[in-house]
Amino acid sequence: MTATTQDTAAEKVPTGGLIVEDLGVMLTGRDVDVIDDIDLVLRPGEVVGLVGESGSGKTTVGTSLLGYARAGALISSGKVLIEGRDVLKMPWREVRGVRGEEIAYVPQDPASALNPSIRIGKQIVELLALRGIGTHESRMQGARDGLAEVGLPSDDEFLSRYAHQLSGGQVQRVALAMAFLPKPKVLVLDEPTTGLDVTTQAMVLETMAELCRTHGVSALYVTHDLAVVANIADRVAVMYAGQIVELGPKEAMFKHPSHPYTRALLDSIPHLSQARALTGIPGRTPAPGARPGGCRFHDRCSFAVTACAESVPELRPIAIDHDVRCIRADELGAWDISRGTVPDADPDKPREIILSVQGLNVFYGRKQVVYDVSFDLAKAEVVALVGESGSGKTTISRSVGGLHKDWTGTIAFEGDALAKSARQRSAANRKRLQYIFQNPYLSLNPRLTIEQIVKRPMELFGIASGKEATDRVVDLLDQVALGPRMLKYQASRLSGGERQRVAIARALAAEPDVLICDEITSALDVSVQGSIVALLEGLRQERGISMLFVTHNLALVRSIAARVEILQAGRVVEAGSVVTVMETPREEYTRTLLSKSPRID
Amino acid sequence: MSTDTGPGSAPPPPAIAPAEPSTLRKAMRQKRFTVGLAITLLLVAFVIVAPYLAPFGENEVAGPPFSKDGFLGTDYLGQDVLSRVMYGGKSILVIAVFGTLLGMALGIAIGVVAAYGGGWWDEIIMRANDVVLSFPQILLALVVLTAIEQPTAWILILLVGVSHAPRVARLARGVALGIVSRDFVIAAEALGEKRTRVILAEVLPNMNAPLLAEGGLRLTYSIGLIGALGFLGFSADPGAANWGQMIQENRLALSTQPWAVLAPVLVIAIFCIGTNLMADGIAQVAQRGDN
Repeated sequence: MTATTQDTAAEKVPTGGLIVEDLGVMLTGRDVDVIDDIDLVLRPGEVVGLVGESGSGKTTVGTSLLGYARAGALISSGKVLIEGRDVLKMPWREVRGVRGEEIAYVPQDPASALNPSIRIGKQIVELLALRGIGTHESRMQGARDGLAEVGLPSDDEFLSRYAHQLSGGQVQRVALAMAFLPKPKVLVLDEPTTGLDVTTQAMVLETMAELCRTHGVSALYVTHDLAVVANIADRVAVMYAGQIVELGPKEAMFKHPSHPYTRALLDSIPHLSQARALTGIPGRTPAPGARPGGCRFHDRCSFAVTACAESVPELRPIAIDHDVRCIRADELGAWDISRGTVPDADPDKPREIILSVQGLNVFYGRKQVVYDVSFDLAKAEVVALVGESGSGKTTISRSVGGLHKDWTGTIAFEGDALAKSARQRSAANRKRLQYIFQNPYLSLNPRLTIEQIVKRPMELFGIASGKEATDRVVDLLDQVALGPRMLKYQASRLSGGERQRVAIARALAAEPDVLICDEITSALDVSVQGSIVALLEGLRQERGISMLFVTHNLALVRSIAARVEILQAGRVVEAGSVVTVMETPREEYTRTLLSKSPRID
Repeated sequence: MSTDTGPGSAPPPPAIAPAEPSTLRKAMRQKRFTVGLAITLLLVAFVIVAPYLAPFGENEVAGPPFSKDGFLGTDYLGQDVLSRVMYGGKSILVIAVFGTLLGMALGIAIGVVAAYGGGWWDEIIMRANDVVLSFPQILLALVVLTAIEQPTAWILILLVGVSHAPRVARLARGVALGIVSRDFVIAAEALGEKRTRVILAEVLPNMNAPLLAEGGLRLTYSIGLIGALGFLGFSADPGAANWGQMIQENRLALSTQPWAVLAPVLVIAIFCIGTNLMADGIAQVAQRGDN
């Protein structure tokens, strides 16, 4: 039924779109599938969101459409048909022509895709010359038109800039302009907005959507962010462990998600409109070669039955245009996007102030980056510092944590003013205030075992030592949902989410009163973010730990924090309880942030 | 929290999995390193055992000068070349190993302290370092040696070490700079760890791969340097056999009795190739290990 609809759709417009059939990519030398059995149709002018967590193979699918597999992998089966021609069967000269001219690619990090030593204008002209577009004279004008189309200045000054003189959003739009200039029919975008601020992201997404509409270009938008997909895609494909597990129109996917994995993903995403009790997905995403037999999700699925482990389920239609790879899809029952919502934090709750920041000014050398910031933090309360990059939110948290010492003002712990740097503070103050870093891949010493890492604060602060300390490490690992088998592991063997749990365990080992969490979930997958947030919420309730939560994600703030400070260019522009600020924002800046944040609710 | 990763939800492997293999163990799986190690170990064994197996004594006359007597002929004093080669490695080896160790220790200490201290510390230490660096290694050694009547082994070790130190320091500082700014070092500081402990426990262990590679390379240079000094006549005991000195002593008869020169040249070359292969192997492992 669905298959026929797709076929007719493809036949009706034979000149556009792209058809992927039974695509498979495997590792060279080993009989291990990275992705397999990928069937996907990109209709002309349509944006398809390809969603998956790290290790799901979504980027591999994206580059396969250009007939490219990264070193160590090869495309082992399937067809990628553009206008009836198979990209994978073409001789390489022809593939080179197709890449860029018919199927264009926008990389995740365009800053590294642009040549840093060639001016922007020259790079675009070079691209046009390579593709044989226009004449020597008309190319410069072509470059200007391309830049104008993505809303960038097209004057000589801009054309003569280098990539490093542009902002992240500008670079991304230059990349978009370059992708669109040869007038491709298909566009592959590989997480093009990861790492951009919400306002910049919104701008890039708008530009992209508009270009696709006006040029009738089909796009495959590869991302891990379901909220972005909800805003721009016409159809959504969800990938897990190298397979598409669910594929359908956007509305259907968010109203009636029918694969347990899709549902679990949606459960782990915070909403802007209402606080939620976020949940994660137990276990970790299996790597290629370590994927279980049968349904690949069965070992992490709460709906799994014995039959799930027996054979790989087919991707089968459950409604028009909506396919699911689950044998129990019909038995899962209805789904509600607002499930898991909890009341917002009570704004009128009495507060017992534990940490107060008064008139904080922070400097980098002569440059002042934070101006007169004051806020306080109560016992068992989460205060969120929110802002775009460069707003000073991390700088403030580092000053509070004693990691940056070039500041003036008062930071007081229950009335006791703290010294500027961690070294000058008393051991007791150091112990009570613990910092958790953004990137768990950098914050754990790769040479030490988990046991050594978590034990160290206990030894340092004289909390425990020897056998007793080891027992406490096991307890702590248990609390952060890591088994004792991790004890002798080195950090390099853990996944990002597991590392962040170890970092949390290390912070907890000091038995702190305040945790400073610096964007601790931004480097992690959404399902891992969900479980980390659930863990922190549990710790707050059980231990009464207060948290200073630095983030750029307003939806996350709604679910985790009680109070929020909105920062812009080093100043607090709006502060108050989360409900008040998010329901009735007073400042224009807050309203912009809220309206630009992608939302799925 | 209930749906979170419970310890029971994943099938628990019964035994504690082994830790990530160390750089050395990873290097052992590499052909380049194992070949280099084998060559080096064989040569070291030769240097240690050979004096007991030598057909003639170190200064024993075996025949007329530059004759074909014996396996490799005789040298300018009629001493047996094979026996001289067998005796002549010990001083070179000992001085090279200890000189390298000293140079590495000094250089690493200077480089890491400069990188970790940062700011003025870094400037002062590294500028002083640059001054020493501006002298060619051999020249520095010669200046000191000409001032001393008879160098002892210790002076040679000291010279080799000191002349290596600034070069090692440059590298160590570069590697350490990439590590001291990482979050785990900052985390240790936030906990209030002592500075020495931060350096020893957090920074140094993460530098071992490039430093091991540098050590291997420095060992090669040391052998070359000591050989060169021997060639110029500077050795702890002028009478004793010494590979570098042998080349100098016998080079006049290169056309009539080439073995007297070629034999010491070959052992030095083989030794250098061995240590260099080892260093190369470790460097490759280090590069790949950087995930």
